Amino acid sequence: MTKQLVMGNEAIAFGAIRAGVRMVAGYPGTPSTEVLETVAKNNPGNIHVEWSINEKAAMEVGAGAAYAGKRTLVTMKQVGLNVASDPLMSLNYVGVKGGMVILVADDPGPISSQTEQDTRHYAKFAKMMVFDPSSPAEAYEMIQDAFEYSEKYGKPVFMRPTTRICHGYQTIELPEIPGGKPEDMPEKKSDGFVKDSEKWVIFPRLSYKNHILLEKMLVDIAEDFGDYRFNEVTGTGKKGIITGGVSYEYVKEVLGDRDDVKVFKVATANPFPEKPALEFLKGLDSVLAVEELDPVLEREITYVCGKHGIAVEVFGKLTGSMVNAGENSADKVAESIAEFLGEDNSVQMRSGIKKEVCGGGEAAELRETAKMPEIPSRPPVLCPGCPHRGAFYAVKLAMKGKKTRYCGDIGCYTLGNAMPLDMVDTCLCMGAGLTMAQGLYHAEPDARCFGFIGDSTFFASGMTGVVNAVYNQADITVVLLDNSTTAMTGHQPHPGTGKTMMGDVVNCVDPEMILRGMGVKTVVTADPLDMRNSVEIVKKVAEEKGVKAIIFKSPCIAVSKPSKPEIIDSAKCINCKKCIKELGCPAIVLREGKAYIEKSLCFGCSVCESVCPVGAISKSGGEAK
Amino acid sequence: MNMNYLLCGVGGQGTVLAAKVLAAAAIARGEDVKTTETIGMAQRGGSVTSYVRTGFNIHSPIIPLGTADVIIGFEPGEAVRNLSYLKEGGTVIVSSKSVMPVTAALTDSTYNGDEMVDYLRKNIKNVIVVDTEKLCGICGSDKVMNVILLGAAISSGAVEISYEETKTALLSRLKPKLHEMNIKALELGMKG
Ligand SMILES: Cc1ncc(C[n+]2csc(CCOP(=O)(O)OP(=O)(O)O)c2C)c(N)n1
Ligand code: SF4
Ligand code: SF4
Repeated sequence: MTKQLVMGNEAIAFGAIRAGVRMVAGYPGTPSTEVLETVAKNNPGNIHVEWSINEKAAMEVGAGAAYAGKRTLVTMKQVGLNVASDPLMSLNYVGVKGGMVILVADDPGPISSQTEQDTRHYAKFAKMMVFDPSSPAEAYEMIQDAFEYSEKYGKPVFMRPTTRICHGYQTIELPEIPGGKPEDMPEKKSDGFVKDSEKWVIFPRLSYKNHILLEKMLVDIAEDFGDYRFNEVTGTGKKGIITGGVSYEYVKEVLGDRDDVKVFKVATANPFPEKPALEFLKGLDSVLAVEELDPVLEREITYVCGKHGIAVEVFGKLTGSMVNAGENSADKVAESIAEFLGEDNSVQMRSGIKKEVCGGGEAAELRETAKMPEIPSRPPVLCPGCPHRGAFYAVKLAMKGKKTRYCGDIGCYTLGNAMPLDMVDTCLCMGAGLTMAQGLYHAEPDARCFGFIGDSTFFASGMTGVVNAVYNQADITVVLLDNSTTAMTGHQPHPGTGKTMMGDVVNCVDPEMILRGMGVKTVVTADPLDMRNSVEIVKKVAEEKGVKAIIFKSPCIAVSKPSKPEIIDSAKCINCKKCIKELGCPAIVLREGKAYIEKSLCFGCSVCESVCPVGAISKSGGEAK
Repeated sequence: MNMNYLLCGVGGQGTVLAAKVLAAAAIARGEDVKTTETIGMAQRGGSVTSYVRTGFNIHSPIIPLGTADVIIGFEPGEAVRNLSYLKEGGTVIVSSKSVMPVTAALTDSTYNGDEMVDYLRKNIKNVIVVDTEKLCGICGSDKVMNVILLGAAISSGAVEISYEETKTALLSRLKPKLHEMNIKALELGMKG
């Protein structure tokens, strides 16, 4: 055993390997992505690992393996579960044979998601067990428990880490080979898939029967969870804090060594463990619920009080004692706890978080005394040399002066909304761009409606939208931004790349053939870095009737090599700053009032060459970055 | 002793490697470590912050406000942005080279970081400003800015890690052909 600094997602992956997982399927999504990647990297050779084309596919592939008795892990981010919710709801009625853990990463903040949804509601909705780790070290243990519980009850279970667990690193004692050697994890004897239509084929009659069993089982599991090792009650006194997940660590940070406040750490929010809850409530006069996202624990504890006629006041999000959006922090939690205990922040003093610094310390004073200079904001932007920039700019130039609707989608190319490109009018959820463009067209037929979609998003949820457009006679232009990777989530392969997570090289699935096969007559492929040609193509294609497609094909800079940087000839430059104001490339900066290309940043894509009205930008003789 | 380090800058500046080195040196001494990053969509030129907590009984992965022993700012504006994390009497080590945000360039901003450096000099007791542009020039690469700043942090005495510990942790993370340049950067950073 050695002490290693591991990321929460790695810890989860190592735990899964140790638990003898044999099937791992998922779809990338921050903050869940590294779980599957870590399994692939540390695959002892007996695990099938795949990036499925979307979360629904992953869930169903996983279900198949679990029906055959294999331990299975399915990974996704929280919104991915919306996509996979159809198989999920039925799957829990049917059950599984091999242990199946559905890892769904929630993202309080949200830091990189469309919503702040709380997967614990899905656990309740689907009547499933959910495990909430409070640290990477605990997550490593907990995922192994999760497989055990899944097999014990023959049901899939949720593991629900949040961003600070997934992307937090912690020192953990792990074996030299973190997942363990294959011989440490012999596969349980199993007779594989056994045909039984009373079990594996869902029918209304079967569902009614299983619903009754499921409700009874939930009562048993709640009882069982009463003794679960990570559900714990500590401390003494009349005031208690109920908490779970990373919020537990914030509570500990604030309370330090104090023992005069009761703390109930809930590792299994569903089914809620009533036994330790009653032990926690004994002798209390008030409770504060400290949790992220929705007031799930708060409602549970309130219910237990009502059910047992316990007179305890419950504070939390529902009473305005905790904020109800955004992530928690030790500081926010300190403030709420101080108020709850009526201690005017003194609680922080004792634990080392000094009161005066909680609001900002030296810097807070400074802000009052010496005025802080204004710090420029730094929103994310498309990289220098990003092919999406050229694609958006080409469409923008081609459609100048026309009534247009630009439906964007989710990926790096959402950043096409930023100034100066300003080319994204809508963005809703993965795949929605192509279909929303159709709705806009039917509502406003005089507008030229575009749906922009990335290559990974196209495979995940764009294809059905194209068929819909062809069938229902929409007049739209599909713009497929094919950068040969899933860039936004960290450059995962997808069907168009011809690489798999098993390390195999396979035939690429070609979007052009798909589009033609679905009935799109005009499909033109263009190089978005060739501005003049691209503009002409957009002008021509967008004028056609019906559904037509332009595939802008050029790799993301993370999966390609830079070419020689461009240079601005200061003798020719007339200082119009058009290159800066039209493109927003981070490599073009102002230096002493003039446009200047930062050599270390320029990728040499040459899009800016075509923007300069006097031809002052050209390839330098220098080396590529 | 428990220590809190905050490293901040702009995506791509190498804050994460520097954070890993600080963490590795503490682990080598037998301490526990928690680190985390706020990156968001930030690889694409946004602000990035790494939090490194070393010692024992560490709970929150993020440093509470007003408790950072050291802030290492890879960009002067980013150092100022994170000042509320600094504890009373804490140390700021900051690169003087600014990075102009794209949005600022669009509005003809004249931001160049000087104002930020002045502000830090005037208002923070322990501040070390490092001319990373010059030192990177001597090393022949912009990529070693993180190592130069680590060097400055070690020689300031505010960081509980020695030259040897840092060197070991650093070199184990780099390809051999980069060793010479990085040792040079570390030593230049220490001399200031
Ligand atoms: C339902 C759902 N699953 C996963 C994600 C996470 N996610 C965000 S963007 C993206 C794909 C981006 O890839 P691509 O469409 O190729 O565009 P690129 O980033 O390469 O420009 C994914 C999987 C999500 N937002 N929603
Ligand atoms: S990572 Fe790739 S796709 Fe994303 S902004 Fe950068 S170049 Fe564009
Ligand atoms: S400066 Fe010009 S050539 Fe270089 S990356 Fe930016 S747009 Fe492309």
